[in-house]
Amino acid sequence: MKKSLSFASVATFLGFVFLYAPIVSLIIFSFNKSKLVTVWAGFSTKWYVKLFQDPQILAAAWVSLKVAFISASLAIVLGTLAAYVLVRFRRFVGKNLLSGMISAPLVMPDVIIGLSLLLLFISMKSFFGWPAERGMVTIIIAHTTFCMAYVAVVVQSRLSNMDQSLEEAALDLGAKPVRVFFDITLPVIAPALVSGWLLSFTLSLDDLVIASFVTGPGATTLPIVIFSKVRLGVSPDINALATIIILVVAAGVLIAATKMKPKKGH
Amino acid sequence: MNASTQKNINGSIAGGAKPWVSQDQEPFIRINNLTKKFGDFTAVDNVSLDIYREELFCLLGGSGCGKSTLLRMLAGFEAPTSGTIMIDGQDMANVAPFDRPTNMMFQSYALFPHMSVEKNVAYGLLRDGMRKREAFEQVGEMLKLVQLQDFAKRKPDQLSGGQRQRVALARSLIKKPKLLLLDEPLGALDKKLREETQFELINIQESLGVTFIVVTHDQEEAMTLSTRIGVMNEGEIIQVGEPREIYEFPQSKFVADFIGSVNIFEGRVSDDATDYVRIKSSEADCEIHISHGVSCSENQKLWFAIRPEKLEVTHKKPRGKFNWVCGLVDEIAYQGNLSVYRIKLTSGKIIRVTKSNRLRHNEDEITWDDKVYVSWEDAAGVVLTQ
Repeated sequence: MKKSLSFASVATFLGFVFLYAPIVSLIIFSFNKSKLVTVWAGFSTKWYVKLFQDPQILAAAWVSLKVAFISASLAIVLGTLAAYVLVRFRRFVGKNLLSGMISAPLVMPDVIIGLSLLLLFISMKSFFGWPAERGMVTIIIAHTTFCMAYVAVVVQSRLSNMDQSLEEAALDLGAKPVRVFFDITLPVIAPALVSGWLLSFTLSLDDLVIASFVTGPGATTLPIVIFSKVRLGVSPDINALATIIILVVAAGVLIAATKMKPKKGH
Repeated sequence: MNASTQKNINGSIAGGAKPWVSQDQEPFIRINNLTKKFGDFTAVDNVSLDIYREELFCLLGGSGCGKSTLLRMLAGFEAPTSGTIMIDGQDMANVAPFDRPTNMMFQSYALFPHMSVEKNVAYGLLRDGMRKREAFEQVGEMLKLVQLQDFAKRKPDQLSGGQRQRVALARSLIKKPKLLLLDEPLGALDKKLREETQFELINIQESLGVTFIVVTHDQEEAMTLSTRIGVMNEGEIIQVGEPREIYEFPQSKFVADFIGSVNIFEGRVSDDATDYVRIKSSEADCEIHISHGVSCSENQKLWFAIRPEKLEVTHKKPRGKFNWVCGLVDEIAYQGNLSVYRIKLTSGKIIRVTKSNRLRHNEDEITWDDKVYVSWEDAAGVVLTQ
């Protein structure tokens, strides 16, 4: 008993080290005075100051946030509709195909998604003349496509666990089907929508590969900027940026966790 | 107390006027040759049924007998494969659930988890376009009726099982439906609460004058609640009748066995006269005399069914030639108000006899392995041909 307990505590300790050591070192080095990332030369916040004076990074961060927000929101709408169709509609032609196509982006490598979307955009341009130029719109379309898959999966499981007699009860009490969806179904699956949105937002914020394929000169997302900067040598202001992102994400996760704490009896 | 006497006292179906007997009333609900198939499986098989205004009709049957499917077709959640449903003279074929004059109380209660009790109850009224103030006034009255006025602001997950059941009832009654469908309304309650709630349900039904159709698998519940019972098996309605009729005059072995407990002896007609019948049964090891005529033929195979409480068990050998058997006491279950004896007959068949414990102490008490005689009155049993 005691032995297994100590094993458990060692495992926990190692787990935390693996997960958080890189992050902690990154946060520490973001306050490094030295220009060399790996050498500690005393405390300073100058990289934060420098970060906020770097228009390229700020612009990229803004683009990334906009893309993530819009594509997460679009993905929620499309993903929920897809999940609803898959769970609620019994047997229709092409149901299996739809179900397969929806989960495809989950298992397909990013490179292939990015490449196929790029080819699609190019041929669309030659056929319809739209999108005339690749940029933010094409990134949003691309991100919506693969985020929708995640949303559909999350919402699907919530929907199929939902007691269907709730919807029948509302129908029975005189609500038309559309009304039932907004009055009953949506509130019940709301937690899944929130987590689906957060997941999509992070995935979009995180994506480098697909964005690099479908972007154009007009729109550079944060991951693209960071990646190209790192290739020239890691500069400490990236550490500062990463620290800010980590803090924002941690705050978001905390808020979501406290807001969505399951109530007694559920 | 029996539900049918209760009815007569309170007079919902007034003074024992039984429209299904006198046939002077148009049936309120007419179900005609209704069939529902799911693929190859026939859930409801050619059911025809008339139900009258202000009845409390129970559909009784085991799980998978099609009773819930029948109820869901009445509510409009399932479309019949063939056949028609008429409610108050109106064909329900193309009427959507939200346009039907019916409301349903679900087995799971299906309370909206994100709405308070009063919002749950008000939902139906608000969907009909009633003004909020008026709706919530009615909700307040309805909550008083089900004694939940102090819980209006609670969420369903803050209520006990019995309270949730009453919210569900209030919600399904608030629109004053012509027909209320209840799917196992008391199934989730414990025994004591269930008994109390049964009488509450009858009182509410009578004071509002709504027609109820209740689906249940609990025969005791069906007996207590209903004006009439429809016994279902494998998608068909086997027998329809008042509780007393179903219990005392079952028309088949299935019904006799499903409602209450029963001893069934297989035998053949040995003497068929106009005013009596005798049955020879090797299982009973005696000749059974029935003091009324039965439509059967000489030597026909049939079954004699008799309820455990209609049997008398004694140490003394009964007089007379017919209607008694002897055996050894195999098992006794003392249940307080009554005792159940399992008696092994000389033929090897085990029968069940119940005896009410009228005396606190009995000198001549029957105990294990006693040799006893079991006898019954000439008209105590039922002859079944199927």
